[in-house]
Amino acid sequence: MKFGVLQFPGSCDDADALTAARLVGDAELLWHRDRDLRGCEAIIVPGGFSYGDYLRAGAIARFSPVMESVIEFAHEGGLVLGICNGFQVLCEAQLLPGALLGNANRRFTFRQVRLELVNADTPFTRACAGRDHLSIPAKHASGRYYADERTLERLEAEGQVVLRYARGENFNGSLRDIAGVCSERGNVFGLMPHPEHAVDELLGGSSDGLCILRSMREALEGALA
Amino acid sequence: MPDTAALVSEATPSVKDALALGLTAPEYELICELHGRAPNVLELAMYSLMWSEHCAYKHSRKLLRTLPTEGEHVVVGPGENAGAVDVGGGLACAFKVESHNHPSAVEPFQGAATGVGGILRDIFALGARPIAVLDSLRFGEPSSARTRYLLDGAVSGIAHYGNSIGVPTVGGEVYFEEPYEHNCLINVMALGLAPAERLVSSAAAGAGNALVLFGASTGRDGIGGASVLASAELGEEEGDGAGKRPTVQVGDPFEEKKLLECSLELLARELLLSLQDLGAAGLTSSTSEMASKGGVGIDLDISAVPLREADMEPFEIMVSESQERMLCVVAPENVEEVLECCEKWEVGGAVIGSVTGGSLIRVRRDGDLLGELPVRALVDECPLYDLEPAPPSAPLYAPARATLAGSCTPREALLALLASPNLCSRRPLFERYDAIVQGRTLRRPEAADAAVLRLPDGGALAASIDCNGRRVAADPYTGTVAAVLECAANLACAGAQPLGTTNNLNFGNPEKAHIAWQLTEAVRGLGDACRALYAPIVGGNVSLYNEGAGGPIYPTPVIGMVGRLPDARRAGRLGFARAGDRIALVGPFAPSLAASELSKLRGEPLPDRLPSIDLEAVIAAQAAVREGVRTGTLASAHDVAEGGLAVALAECCLAGAIGAEVELEGGEEELFGEGAGGFIVSGAADALDQLALRVRVRPLGTVGGEAFTVSTADGRTLLSAGLAELSGAHATLAALFA
Amino acid sequence: MLIRPKAGILDPQGVAVERALPALGFDGVSRVHIGRLVELDVPDAAQLAPMCEKLLANPLVEDYEIELLPDPGTGDDAAPAAGSSSA
Repeated sequence: MKFGVLQFPGSCDDADALTAARLVGDAELLWHRDRDLRGCEAIIVPGGFSYGDYLRAGAIARFSPVMESVIEFAHEGGLVLGICNGFQVLCEAQLLPGALLGNANRRFTFRQVRLELVNADTPFTRACAGRDHLSIPAKHASGRYYADERTLERLEAEGQVVLRYARGENFNGSLRDIAGVCSERGNVFGLMPHPEHAVDELLGGSSDGLCILRSMREALEGALA
Repeated sequence: MPDTAALVSEATPSVKDALALGLTAPEYELICELHGRAPNVLELAMYSLMWSEHCAYKHSRKLLRTLPTEGEHVVVGPGENAGAVDVGGGLACAFKVESHNHPSAVEPFQGAATGVGGILRDIFALGARPIAVLDSLRFGEPSSARTRYLLDGAVSGIAHYGNSIGVPTVGGEVYFEEPYEHNCLINVMALGLAPAERLVSSAAAGAGNALVLFGASTGRDGIGGASVLASAELGEEEGDGAGKRPTVQVGDPFEEKKLLECSLELLARELLLSLQDLGAAGLTSSTSEMASKGGVGIDLDISAVPLREADMEPFEIMVSESQERMLCVVAPENVEEVLECCEKWEVGGAVIGSVTGGSLIRVRRDGDLLGELPVRALVDECPLYDLEPAPPSAPLYAPARATLAGSCTPREALLALLASPNLCSRRPLFERYDAIVQGRTLRRPEAADAAVLRLPDGGALAASIDCNGRRVAADPYTGTVAAVLECAANLACAGAQPLGTTNNLNFGNPEKAHIAWQLTEAVRGLGDACRALYAPIVGGNVSLYNEGAGGPIYPTPVIGMVGRLPDARRAGRLGFARAGDRIALVGPFAPSLAASELSKLRGEPLPDRLPSIDLEAVIAAQAAVREGVRTGTLASAHDVAEGGLAVALAECCLAGAIGAEVELEGGEEELFGEGAGGFIVSGAADALDQLALRVRVRPLGTVGGEAFTVSTADGRTLLSAGLAELSGAHATLAALFA
Repeated sequence: MLIRPKAGILDPQGVAVERALPALGFDGVSRVHIGRLVELDVPDAAQLAPMCEKLLANPLVEDYEIELLPDPGTGDDAAPAAGSSSA
C-alpha cells in the first residue's frame, strides 16, 4: 500500500512522517501545488509550520491545490491522518470538527505524553487494541482543542473522541483532555501528538506510534479483501 | 584609482564622518591611501563596516592564528562559512558557534532568533542540511527583573526560530552571574550534515559568471550606526529617521525554511559554483569576501536588488542586514533554472551582478558608477593590532552576593546547590524547544551529558557546548583548558571521540591590558587543550567589547565540540538505571573549593588561580570512560562538574528516578569541590572491574532506594535527602517562569 | 478588519496582559482580549465579508468587524460598515 505525505512550504515533520510510513508500506511526498494524489491509498498531513503558521495555523495550507484533492478523497471515504499542524489543517478545512487554539500556558511545549486510547475501533487504532495507553511525544504551541458543548457531547456519544491526554498530561488546556478526534464516518483522524516520532524505541523509548500506521494498512487490506 | 567622487552628488565625507562611523583617524588615512583618494559616502560606509572589529577581527586575528586548525578528520577548516569534520559513511558534519550578544541586550527575542537564523545560514551556505542547534546563554542573577525578561525573550526567540524552521534544539547551557547583568551573552551553535563532496566554497570564480541574490527582499534592517551618513533631508527629521532605520532585525523562520530547501536543491542539482550567506554588513561583506577568496572582482547593479522599501540610498542597500538572504555565483547558462527553482520555493531571486577578472568591487545603479573599491583594501589590508596584555593589578570582579551561611550541614549545602540558578533543572527552558524533529535525536536534554544524534551508518554524533566563565575569570589559562576538557568529558560520557572544536570568544574591551591578558591566556589554554585532545579548531567567532560602566563580563570562551560514536545503540546515559548497580568515581579527580559553586553561594571572592590540571591523566580517564560506555556494560556515566561529587551523584539519582547509598570520607572539599577528570559511573560489579584495568576506579556505593544517602566508613550519615526533596530543590527555575 | 476571539473562549494572552497591567500601575482593567488587525485595499467592499468568513477569521472561534476607511486616492468618505459573524 502507498501512503502520500503532503508537503507545504514550512512543513517540518514531513520527512519524519515519510520515514515512519515506510516502515509500514510505500510512501511518497505530495507537493502542495500538485492536485495529483498519485494513487496513494492513504494521506498523511504532517506536522510543522506550514506557511509559518501565519494568520492561523493551517489556515493557508487548507486552500492549496493538493488539499482540494484530499478533501474530495476524504468525502469519498479515503483514509486521512492529520498530525499536529496536519490536525490544524483538517479542522480549518472542516474535515474534522472543532479548532485548535493557542496552548493555555501560552508556550510551545515539548513533552512525551501518555495518551488514553478511548476508541480502539477505528481504522487508525484497531492495531492498537489490547493497549489502553500510548506513549507519544507532543510538541506544539497551538494544541488546545476546542468545540462548543453540543459538538463535544456529540463527539463523545458517537465515539469520535479517539485519544485523550491521561490525567496530568494535558498541558495545552484541550477541552475534555481531547488529544485526537475522528470524523463522523471515521475515515479522517487528527491528533496533536506525533506518532511518527514514536516508531523506534532507540529514539525516546517508545514505538507506540507504529500501531496507528499499521491500523491504516490493515484497514486498507481489509477493505480490499 | 578612477575618480568616482564626481559621480556622486553628496559631499565627500571627512575624517569626522569616519570617526562617527567607528574608524580611527590613522585608519581613515590608511583607507585614503589604499583607495587612492578620499572615499565617497558609499565607499566610506563599506570600509567602515569591513574594517570594524566585528568583520575584521582587528584585535584578535593575530592571536587566533596560534590555534591548531589541522587534523585527520578536518574537511573544512577556519575561513569558510563554517568548519566541517569527516564523520564516516561519506558524510561530513559542518558546525560552528556564533554570538548575537549586543542585539539581544536590546531586543532579546529578535536578537536570539536572528542569531539562530544567522548560524543556520552559515551551515547551509556550506552545503550542509542543519540538523541541530545548541544554545549557550548568560545573564545576570535571576533576582533581577531584567534578567528574567532577557532569559524569557531569548529562549522564546530561539524556540520560535528553531522550531519553526524544523531544526531541533538538542542541548545547551545557561549561567547566571552578576558580571553579565548589563552584557548578556547569547551564543548559538549549529550542526549540519552533507555528503563530503557536496560541501561548497564561498569563493567567487569565473569572470562573466552571474551573481544571484535570493531570499527575502532588502530593507533597512540593522543599518544603525551607518545612519550618520544619511542624506540631509532624512537626517534632519530625527524622529522619522530613527523610525525608518530599525536597528532591530526581525527574523522570519518561514522565509529561511524556504531559503534552506531552495539552497539545498540548487546544490543537489549542481547549479551553483559558490554560495555565501548575508550576515553582518550585508551585501558589502558577502561580495567582498567572495571576491577576496576567489581572487576576482565583482560588478554590482544595486537597481536589481529587490527592495522592501522604495527610496533606499545606495549605502543603505549595501549595508542592510535584512535577514534570510543568500548570494551565489552561477554560470550564465544556469541562471534561468536557478530563478525557476527560487520561484518553486517561493523565494525572491534576482541577478544583481557578475564576477569580473579584475580586483575591484564596483557598485552601479541604473548604469551610473557609484563606487569602486579595491577588494584587497576592503578585506585584507585592514590593520591588525597587537594586544598589550598585562595581568590585572587588582581583582576585576566583586564577589557574588552570599545566599548561603558560612557554616551549614552537607545536606543544606547540597539542597542549596541543587536549587541554585546555575545548577537547577533547565527543564522549563528546554521544554520550549522541539528536540526531536528530523528524527535523529537519541538523547534528549537531561538524558546524557551530551546531545546524541543518529547517523545513517549506524553510528552517532555527539555534541556539547560548555564554559564556566567564573572559573576562567579566576584563571584564564586553566579555566579555558577546563572548559575544553569539560566538552570532551561530556562527549566521553556519551561514548564519543572528539573530532573538532569551535569556539566563541566573549570578552570585554581588548584595548585594556587586563582584558588583553584574559584573551591571550584563554587562547593559549584553548590551543594547548585542543592540541592535547587532537580536536582542532575548525571555525569560530569573536565578540569583544562586552563591558559597560559596571565593568567587563567574565572572560567567556564558549567551547563547542563534536564527536562520533560507532554504535548508536550504545550511546551513554547519565541517570542511574537499576537497583543493585555499583557506583564508582573514576579518574584523577582532585577536588578544590576554589571558584566552586559552593564558594560562590557563600559570597567568597575569586581565588587568584585554579589548581593546575594533569592534562594527560584527565585525557586518559576520558578515553577509559568512553571505551567503557562503548562496551555497553556501564549503565550510566556522568562527568563531575559544577557542585562537585555530591551534586553529580544527586543528578544521577534524579535522572534515573532512583536513590543511592554511597560512602565517602566527608569534608566539604570532597563533597562539593570541583576540578577536571572526575566521572561517576554505574554498572554491574564486573563492568567496573573491567574499567579498573584501565583507570583509577574508586568504589563509592550502590544504586537503590528512594533517597540519596552519603555516609562515612564508620556508619555516620553525612547527608540524606529523599528523591522528592531533591526534585523539589532542583525545580527552582519553574517558579521563576510561572 | 478586527478579528477577536469569541466571547466565552479562553484567551490566555488576554488573561496574561490583564494580570500584567496592575503591576505597572494600571488598576481596574478588565475584559482584556487580544485579536488581530488586517488592513487591505480592495476594489469591491462586498468582498470583505466573504474574505473574513473564508480565510481571515475562523468563524467557529472568532468574531470579526469590518471598517471601511476613506479612499486615500479620491478623498471620498465611504460610510463605515461593520459586520460580524453570528455566534
